[in-house]
Amino acid sequence: MNKIIRKKQLSADVFRFTFEAPHIARERKAGQFLIIQLDNDFAERFPLTIADADPETGTIDIIFQAVGASTMKLAAMEEGDAIANVLGPLGTPTHIEKYDGPVVCVGGGIGVAPMHPIVQAMKAAGNELTVIMGARNEELLIMENEMSALADEVIISTDDGSYGRKALVTEPLKELCESERPPALVVAIGPPIMMKFCAETTRPFEVPTMVSLNTIMVDGTGMCGGCRVTVGDETKFVCVDGPEFDGHKVDFNNMMLRLKAYKPQEEDHRCRVGTTTEGEA
Amino acid sequence: MSEFRTPEDMAAEADALWAEYGGRELTVKERRAIPQQDMPAQDPVERRSTMSEVARGYTENQVKVESLRCLQCRNAPCVAGCPVAIDIPRFIDHAAKGEFGESIGVIKESSLLPAICGRVCPQEKQCMLTCTVGRAMKDPEKSVAIGRIERYVSDWEVDNNAVEAIPVAPETGKRVAVIGSGPSGLTAAADIRREGHDVTVFEAFHKPGGVTVYGIPEFRLPKAIVERDVENLMSMGVHFMTNFLVGRTRKIDDMLKEDNYDALYIATGAGLPKFMNIPGENLVGVFSANEYLTRSNLMKAYETGRALTPMYSSKKVCVFGGGNVAMDAARTAVRLGAEEVHIVYRRTEKELPARVEEVHHAREEGVIFDLLSSPIEILGDEEGRVRGIVCQRYELGEPDDSGRRRPVPIEGDTFEVECDACITSIGNASNPLIKQTTPDLNVNKWGNIVVEESSGRTSIDKVYAGGDIVLGAATVILAMGEGRRAAKAINEQLAAG
Repeated sequence: MNKIIRKKQLSADVFRFTFEAPHIARERKAGQFLIIQLDNDFAERFPLTIADADPETGTIDIIFQAVGASTMKLAAMEEGDAIANVLGPLGTPTHIEKYDGPVVCVGGGIGVAPMHPIVQAMKAAGNELTVIMGARNEELLIMENEMSALADEVIISTDDGSYGRKALVTEPLKELCESERPPALVVAIGPPIMMKFCAETTRPFEVPTMVSLNTIMVDGTGMCGGCRVTVGDETKFVCVDGPEFDGHKVDFNNMMLRLKAYKPQEEDHRCRVGTTTEGEA
Repeated sequence: MSEFRTPEDMAAEADALWAEYGGRELTVKERRAIPQQDMPAQDPVERRSTMSEVARGYTENQVKVESLRCLQCRNAPCVAGCPVAIDIPRFIDHAAKGEFGESIGVIKESSLLPAICGRVCPQEKQCMLTCTVGRAMKDPEKSVAIGRIERYVSDWEVDNNAVEAIPVAPETGKRVAVIGSGPSGLTAAADIRREGHDVTVFEAFHKPGGVTVYGIPEFRLPKAIVERDVENLMSMGVHFMTNFLVGRTRKIDDMLKEDNYDALYIATGAGLPKFMNIPGENLVGVFSANEYLTRSNLMKAYETGRALTPMYSSKKVCVFGGGNVAMDAARTAVRLGAEEVHIVYRRTEKELPARVEEVHHAREEGVIFDLLSSPIEILGDEEGRVRGIVCQRYELGEPDDSGRRRPVPIEGDTFEVECDACITSIGNASNPLIKQTTPDLNVNKWGNIVVEESSGRTSIDKVYAGGDIVLGAATVILAMGEGRRAAKAINEQLAAG
């Protein structure tokens, strides 16, 4: 189970793995995610998104950034290795329908990965699709070919202007909202701060905006409540009620604070994994 | 901290009592004169910094002396108090004679998880509640310590390598899926497998055991015991499929129609923590007891040098609630280095739902009880981290429907407690996952699966359910009783065709 078939390094710390997970490949739908754990006893459980799946070969694709102790360990695994524990698909699938107007999907950084199945499903439902992809620089841009093959229009922006427009993703998003045919739906996935500003961008235009949240989780099945977020005046669990919520109602500030809950401990772990040089630690 | 008796004292007392009463016929009067044998425990100061088991178990003479207290009532009211109807007088009689192998054999006729039950069952609310000895003394805590005897003989069996393989009937070719590997699922799996059916237990976590591995701490139930019980099931031929979330990884309907299971038993537990809906509940440093305990128990976060799962570091912790889980969370916080741990509970000590033994252990370990109080707000600092709570003080008013005096808020009487972490332990709602993907499954307005009481049958043919997903949050032994009952119904269904 969970044997890595293909490993590809997309940039300095971004990796794409294809691995065997026949149950998940068969059942998963757009918007769903996984929990991964690298050994039975002392590893942590962390959520990862699904970038693609093939029920025929029984494989799924993940794209992740090696930023913490566990993702760094995952990045060090090779083809032929097996990931100890993979649970999924988790979360409520994306609501897919044919919208009366363009659907705009905004992906930031590796947030483009979980956007890919949503774009596939929205396309299959017959939607007119615009994809806005943003990254810090050209090197960090992922899945451009896949998105170009699906979307009617792809708009690329980079923070440093090394590729596409030199802009944040909110700039083209605002232009689309102001256009003659504003989006019927915006889906935004990326860093919390990006999703927050996408929601702020669309709010004055009253364009429905869905965001997909990636919070701290232990079990991913509703049991721990560690993933809870404030949506409107309600508390919701990202793992069972989400991961997708109305971006205009999510309390992003609270969510961002909660994401930093274990910052001191995480820094400590990262040092122990030994990926930083002694000078940096 | 209350008075602590050393295990050595207790052992010496038991030796003297055995010399006096052992090896001869006793009158009822003599049996009644024998004092209840206390459970030897680890020193309260030492145990504040270790996860190892607090209750150490009886000595041989302690177990024999305690067993002599049993009057061997012919009507055995204790058996009626046991959800799995263990023949209690008979196993205690063997224990009194030092026939520990025979004793555990009697228990295993009805329960395959005695080491777990001996440790975590609330005996004082079940078998000990109806025990004649305790009734005469008007205190179930003074009954024959049935659980302590059960624990002794089940540990004896392992320590003496006397565990006997459970006989399994010839293979029938029928296939049963058990969903959830907690006490209810494991009990059902054993009973169904005994009849020769092929059983696979599906578990969402990476380890089987359910609440016994993620919820109940090591210091109350060592994980090695759960592993041993799971291994026993494996040696009977029960299959375990971990990392498999039925409802998501596979739907109930597909398991029946495509995977051709002949029956399914849903025992997924309650598994959706309740919060209090007070301001500040989503601040950093507020946890459900489930999360706090899972991080520590299952993910071993208490092993700070090795475990990657972080534990929130806190000096002053407030736990909301008064049940066993609240005690577990408070006592875990003590062991993780909190300098001050409070239990905040709305009623008085008398109404605490936790076992008396757990409350006693918590107090010994320095946990502070803020009774007749309830949090109304959690306060945060500028970084969104908990800095304290505001509590409302209560007094006891008129009795409510349950006959307990109702706590009534004292208007305007609030106070603040400084703390840097809060743990809510006010129970669990039912997990919606299976229902979400199984529309034909009938649930009540709380989301609990509706079953026919005598069999655990649900609204879907061949699908049974039991344990906390049916009962709401209950106990290990009640969940086991449900597993047993459903297994019987499933075995009957499979035998019939």
